Amino acid sequence: MNGPTIAGTLPPGAHSGPGSDRAAAFDVGRYGAWADKPGILGWLSAVDHKRVGRRFIATGFAFFVLGGILAGLMRLQLARPESTLIGPDLYNQLFTVHGTTMMFVFAVPIMQAMGVYFVPLMLGARNIAFPRMNAYAYWVYLFGGAMLYVALVLNIGPDAGWFSYTPLAGPEYGVGKRSDFWAQLITFTEVSGLLVSIEIITTVFKLRAPGMTLNRMPLFVWAMLVTSFMIIFAMPAVMMASTSLILDRLVGTHFYNPAEGGDALLWQHLFWFFGHPEVYFIFLPGLGFVSMIVGAFAKRPVYGYVAIVLSLIATGFLSFGLWVHHMFATNVPELGKSFFTAASMVIAIPTATQIFCWIATLWTGRLVLRTPLYFILGFFFILVLGGLTGIMLSAVPLDLQIHDTFFVVAHLHYVLIGGAVFPLFGAFYYWFPKVTGRMLDETLGQWNFWLFFIGFNVAFFPMHILGLQGMPRRVYTYAAESGWGTLNLISSIGAAIIVVSVLLFIVNVARSVRSGTPAGANPWGASTLEWATESPPPPGNFHPPLAVGGREPLWEQEGIVGRVDGLKNDPPEVLVTTLLDALPHHRFAFPTPTLWPLIAAIATTVMFVSSIFTPWAVIWGTIPIAIALIAWFWPSREETEKHKRMERAP
Amino acid sequence: MRIAAALFSPVAIASPMQDVLQPAGPQAGHIHALWLLMLIVCSIVLVAVTVAMLLAVRRASRGDESTPGDAALLTRDEHRIHRVVGTAVGVSIAGLLLVFGATVITDRALAQLPLNDGVHIRLVGHQWWWEATYDDPQPANVFSTANELHVPVGRPVVLTLEADDVIHSFWVPNLHGKKDLIPGRTATFAFRADVPGTYRGQCAEYCGYQHANMALLVIAEPSDRYEQWVTRSRSSAPQPADDTTKRGQQVFMQSTCAMCHAITGTNANAKRAPDLTRVASRETLAAGAIRNDPTALTAWIADPQAIKPGTHMPANALPSSDMEALIAYLETLK
Repeated sequence: MNGPTIAGTLPPGAHSGPGSDRAAAFDVGRYGAWADKPGILGWLSAVDHKRVGRRFIATGFAFFVLGGILAGLMRLQLARPESTLIGPDLYNQLFTVHGTTMMFVFAVPIMQAMGVYFVPLMLGARNIAFPRMNAYAYWVYLFGGAMLYVALVLNIGPDAGWFSYTPLAGPEYGVGKRSDFWAQLITFTEVSGLLVSIEIITTVFKLRAPGMTLNRMPLFVWAMLVTSFMIIFAMPAVMMASTSLILDRLVGTHFYNPAEGGDALLWQHLFWFFGHPEVYFIFLPGLGFVSMIVGAFAKRPVYGYVAIVLSLIATGFLSFGLWVHHMFATNVPELGKSFFTAASMVIAIPTATQIFCWIATLWTGRLVLRTPLYFILGFFFILVLGGLTGIMLSAVPLDLQIHDTFFVVAHLHYVLIGGAVFPLFGAFYYWFPKVTGRMLDETLGQWNFWLFFIGFNVAFFPMHILGLQGMPRRVYTYAAESGWGTLNLISSIGAAIIVVSVLLFIVNVARSVRSGTPAGANPWGASTLEWATESPPPPGNFHPPLAVGGREPLWEQEGIVGRVDGLKNDPPEVLVTTLLDALPHHRFAFPTPTLWPLIAAIATTVMFVSSIFTPWAVIWGTIPIAIALIAWFWPSREETEKHKRMERAP
Repeated sequence: MRIAAALFSPVAIASPMQDVLQPAGPQAGHIHALWLLMLIVCSIVLVAVTVAMLLAVRRASRGDESTPGDAALLTRDEHRIHRVVGTAVGVSIAGLLLVFGATVITDRALAQLPLNDGVHIRLVGHQWWWEATYDDPQPANVFSTANELHVPVGRPVVLTLEADDVIHSFWVPNLHGKKDLIPGRTATFAFRADVPGTYRGQCAEYCGYQHANMALLVIAEPSDRYEQWVTRSRSSAPQPADDTTKRGQQVFMQSTCAMCHAITGTNANAKRAPDLTRVASRETLAAGAIRNDPTALTAWIADPQAIKPGTHMPANALPSSDMEALIAYLETLK
């Protein structure tokens, strides 16, 4: 009873195959301190990674819808030439907030949110590492995103583009507080993004189920691990950039002012040193989804596990060597540009390798043609097309023509919607039963997919041609004589089809969450550990935690070699394992729910928002944060007693 | 399908104004050649991958949710797939080397444009108009114009690019790619127009409210006509001849106009806004926002914000007789 032991072998049938729902095996009392407290205070103080993850995903999706509405307004304005529907002032805010939302408030956070929800489950962990920090990261993210939209509604939304080039965003030309809101939004998302990355890396390295060696980790976990490291290395660059921007604006430094020895281009280097990896930390989790779904729906292990893992890691490294390809039209030295062309082309190889591995998997698999797989097939076409236009953009001479035109708008949407949003929707259909216990409707799913796929191509393919015809991006109007009217109208019609498709998805979710077919533990007959527990998983995830014997634990005879006994539920104990081989190392009691992360997040928000208006907020604003953090970490007598009791053994 | 066909035959959807696919000079021509190569290579890859995917889906056997996963494959060595995937990766690398080689060659070709006998123009980007100063060793021969460049066919044009406020980008797709105008930095950019014609370009780096209305025209004309234009541009503005135009000049000098605009040969020497010495000869007003005719000019002067919201030009509430005189005067500036 003292220490954790790994004992017994569970019959494989107990946790694999559709319909094996083991919910009955547990009574609520057994979840002990894993369960969040009831009531509104319990809701606010929740630290279970699944609850926080669900909120994170729902919030991210809400921002996706908001960003989509802004895009719809832009397509309405551009549908015909010389439209007077929306003036330049609003239009500039629309595309800035659209881009900022999609990049900073939707894509990166929702990918991390999927990691928050599924990484612990896939690893057989009982919660995410640093669960209170996770709650704090969510609240900070929510408040930051809300601030952006409050600013937009008050007509003080940022209007300098999502990459906010200086000097347009600087003190002289970026009037009012608009760019300050943008810079502080970046601060919010940095804090949130960095914290979640730390949690995910720690979870992956230390909380894996015993027996889940590094080379048995699901590919999505690998993708999230690489992504998290990338975030940790890339975020400081944009932190530097946005902080010095706000210093220029607030306290009169001159980092970006060429008249005072600053440099307008410095901003672009700092921003894109972060900004290009950012594209890949949106894209890599998407590739992780693809690997999971392809494996599950081809009913075989994904071909080329090692190749895919190495490709993910290679992409992670290479993505830091491409940033100048956003700056080919500036006067950086020509010879240097060729290096970045080469690097930008080289990064196509790991992606191509993964695509070939997935096609090989499909080729040799037994396919289950369901909505998640359809989204992945759509992903192949769209991503490959976007990747190829990316190769065009990486060539300096060609980039000089198509850079900053609608061609680039088409390219980036092909890559990001194709590479991230299609896999994400596939992932929604795939994991919805795990999260809610019910299946999404397949018929609506098919409509959702086909409308999205067709609407997407109708909306974005014509933009390639518009770019070649000379239409620059970020123009709120164009002359009738330009001849761009027809293609723009087609594009707007495509956007309307996407709107219908996303509405169908929302309807599907709203209906299925109440009346969908009950899913059971493993409705798809998939292989990874998240399908070994109930749907939705109970607090604490696995009762008891499992010990793993293979890469596809629910498919292999010896996939689950046993269970971990001797871990208490109160205090919530976890088994910490070693980094490479996931050998049991020690017991550790997890933090329990508390309101302090929320209070600390509110204090942080007060400081960040106030510092838009006065630099002194950075001084006095730290006091409430310090108080909240001290209270957060203050050990309670009760908890200390529990921990002491735990120390008796072994 | 039609769209795809159009991509291959640019003429089918040619826009009369600005088009990457209709090069009118060597620089745009080199890039166009690279574009065609890229388009072919990339189309082949896209078709190949899509076909491979569709074949895979067609060919693979079907299962359903209860089909057991084939875990035995974890230990089996899938030789044949190794070869196919390995070949595909190898071919991808070869394809990338091909396009990289073509890129380097194009880069070099762009750098080898002969620059002797070039026309030197200093182009400064402002929110939201272009200031062009034609250089000459003789200071008296230097002159300024705005939003419209005349260039000789067959002679290289060397632009010195600067920005006055925020970043702008010079881009006339029929002639060359784009080059940024960055505050605090000077860039040079050379192109040559080989086909006479009027080529439209517009600012390609987002520069604020009126980024959409920051166009410029490059008028490429035969040498003799170009030289005529240069000679005319070097001379001072014509003096008003009749009472109306004299009154118009007076209005210009006494109202706010002269605080920002210049007309050579008069006391108006301000540099905050386009030089108006030859304003009536230009095809457009307000950097391409509207066509240049007396009615449009009147509307523009009376209420610029209605035409180009956010422009730095203030509204001018002139009595109608003054306005008519002013327009009459400005129309003489050819």
